[in-house]
Amino acid sequence: MSAPAAALAADAVTKRYGDVTVLDRVSVVVPRGTCVAIVGESGSGKTTLLRMFNRLVEPNEGSVQVHGRDVAALDGVVLRRTIGYVPQDGGLLPHWSVQRNAELVPWLKHDASRAELAREALALAGLDPARFSARLPSELSGGQRQRVAIARALAAHPDIVLMDEPFGALDAITRGELQETYVALRARLEVTTLLVTHDLREARRLADRVVVMRAGRVEQDAAMPELIAHPASPYVAELLRQALDHEAPRAS
Amino acid sequence: MIVALGALLPFDPAVAQDERRPVVVASKPFGESFLLGEMFAQLLEARGVAVRRRLGLGGTEIAFGALRTGAIDVYPEYSGTGLLVILSEPARFDPHAVFDLVAREFGRRFDVRWLPPLGFENTFAIAVRRSTADSLQLRTLSDLARVAARLRGGFTADFHGRPDGLPGLARAYDIRLRETRSLLPAVKYQALAEGGVDVIDGYSTDGLIRRYNLVVLRDDKSFFPPYEAAALARNALARDNPRAIAVLTELSSRLDVERMRALNERVEVAGESIESVARSALADLGLTGAADVSDSAAARRGRDGSLTSYLVERRGQIARMAARHLLLVAVSLAAAIALAVPLGLALERLPRHAEQVIRAVGLLQTIPSIALLAFMLPALGIGVIPALFALFLYSLYPIVRNTYSGVRTADPAAVAAATALGMTGRQVLRYVRLPLAAPVIMAGIRTAGVIAVGTATLAAFIGAGGLGDPIVAGLALSDTRMILSGALPAAALALVVDGVLALAERAATPRR
Repeated sequence: MSAPAAALAADAVTKRYGDVTVLDRVSVVVPRGTCVAIVGESGSGKTTLLRMFNRLVEPNEGSVQVHGRDVAALDGVVLRRTIGYVPQDGGLLPHWSVQRNAELVPWLKHDASRAELAREALALAGLDPARFSARLPSELSGGQRQRVAIARALAAHPDIVLMDEPFGALDAITRGELQETYVALRARLEVTTLLVTHDLREARRLADRVVVMRAGRVEQDAAMPELIAHPASPYVAELLRQALDHEAPRAS
Repeated sequence: MIVALGALLPFDPAVAQDERRPVVVASKPFGESFLLGEMFAQLLEARGVAVRRRLGLGGTEIAFGALRTGAIDVYPEYSGTGLLVILSEPARFDPHAVFDLVAREFGRRFDVRWLPPLGFENTFAIAVRRSTADSLQLRTLSDLARVAARLRGGFTADFHGRPDGLPGLARAYDIRLRETRSLLPAVKYQALAEGGVDVIDGYSTDGLIRRYNLVVLRDDKSFFPPYEAAALARNALARDNPRAIAVLTELSSRLDVERMRALNERVEVAGESIESVARSALADLGLTGAADVSDSAAARRGRDGSLTSYLVERRGQIARMAARHLLLVAVSLAAAIALAVPLGLALERLPRHAEQVIRAVGLLQTIPSIALLAFMLPALGIGVIPALFALFLYSLYPIVRNTYSGVRTADPAAVAAATALGMTGRQVLRYVRLPLAAPVIMAGIRTAGVIAVGTATLAAFIGAGGLGDPIVAGLALSDTRMILSGALPAAALALVVDGVLALAERAATPRR
């Protein structure tokens, strides 16, 4: 077998904080070039799982692989520079310009073409570099800030992006626009995405596959149509009903 | 900073074993001690002995500590204080026995000698207003005990604490006052005259007792031990410079209590300068030539004239003291920044120990300055170095605290994202936490700077100069204008330092 098909894989990982088990033998596979969404309520362990892939959290048991290599054998800082990351609140450096924020990862990697890479990424994320690059984050709207965060995640051309509730803090219209931007982006870039969200509709829109988590365990791992057709548990069925119910009248 | 140190240090040359090394003459911070110290100094100078003055050291512990460590050579002390405060022996009442005892014990234990007494005793004097004495028929301390429940006492903190002060007095006479409060020597007399209190402690040689027309109550049970004044000198001075000892001994038995009271009155009541009173006293005793008349006439202008003209007249001196004050603050603050900012940043990397370390630094803040100076005396002596060190210690806390909390609480989302995208801990500190914390750190430095301007007046207690000098001397002499000539420039300096550091704070704040 040549290169492994999975860009990201967690194999029976367990994470405990004291007596609290946050993840209980969780396994997830994200095939190369796909987008997998982890859906669950807060406290389900979805963010902890995401943070294992760039070694911000270490598992107590089990293993985590990136492109088939156990991350425990990789330097965390080097690993993180190869993986894009978009947090919920943008997490832009408030004292840095849009341009400098977008240049962050190429700059950390001493990439001489970081200015072009940043401009390119800003344009991809839907911001005109000529208009926005000199601005400070405080001079942007919430949606614009999140676009800068996406540009920052993509500027160094990572082939993996981790997104932790990337659009959760935005109003519905802005969220829709950014989701659209990301769908278009994925069509142009060969990028593997692990998306953490509590919003099943967002998962349906962006992801090829959905992993439903509950209390540190995987409840169901399936493509969206199968999830809707065959919910594996009453919990998944209830989650689907709540997320998609008010669409039903229009559908029927 | 090195330049600044260079400017300060010439005042503090290393102790050389040179016979021509100036004799360091000191005093404690009250009028009579200032005057006696100045008389010692002028007499030595008149005999061709080089002198350096360290007048107004902050109390018995500091003056005696400085003498033991060789930072000073001689200062005026009282046998009773030596017995009770320094030797911690029980009180005795035969003056000769007390003097013999302290002379023997000081030589044996401290290698320090008492020169033959100056000729007068200065003991505590419990005083009341004449009207109080008349209406309540008060002559003696036993009389006071009878009516004490109706009277309020105002005593110096020193008198409140010492065994030969209020605790012993209350026990010996069964005096129970309605209430007592701690008063500074400078306000004690005024508080009594204006009826704020009814009984105060004074000295039997005080010039102010007569000025305020007070009645001193007779110590009919001989509670207060004798306090014979004498020069207290290092034995090393006798070895290195026997001539200095011989000169100082010329004053022995020459000052009786009447003469001393009259001299104190000129200083404390008439407001003549210490220098001119000392000069004319030495001349009157026939120890030096006649005092320069024009000089003493100038000094005799006393305390008339406005505060403004007083300040204008001394502007050169005030400017020099302010410059020195500022230098003390600048050097100690720079040193504190150099330690406290890196320490605060290091603690961010070791959050488990941070609170303990910061609390320990904060404890330094609670040490009273006199105690801190007395504690450092054996290692650092007196003068500029211990003053800088004390100011440095007092400046650490606000800077460490603000640095640590500034970097600790800097935009958590930005810190988390920067880490997740591959910044190392050091890079996060340097590029995210530190710039975001800069205004908070600067605010800490600003707090420390303003506090240091106020605290730097403590330098006067250990002869390091600055604007504390006129404050300490003015308090000792109850000279409001002299106090203000230090306090007003110090307040102005605090405002200037605050303003300058506020600009620095604004400059350090990143646009965001």
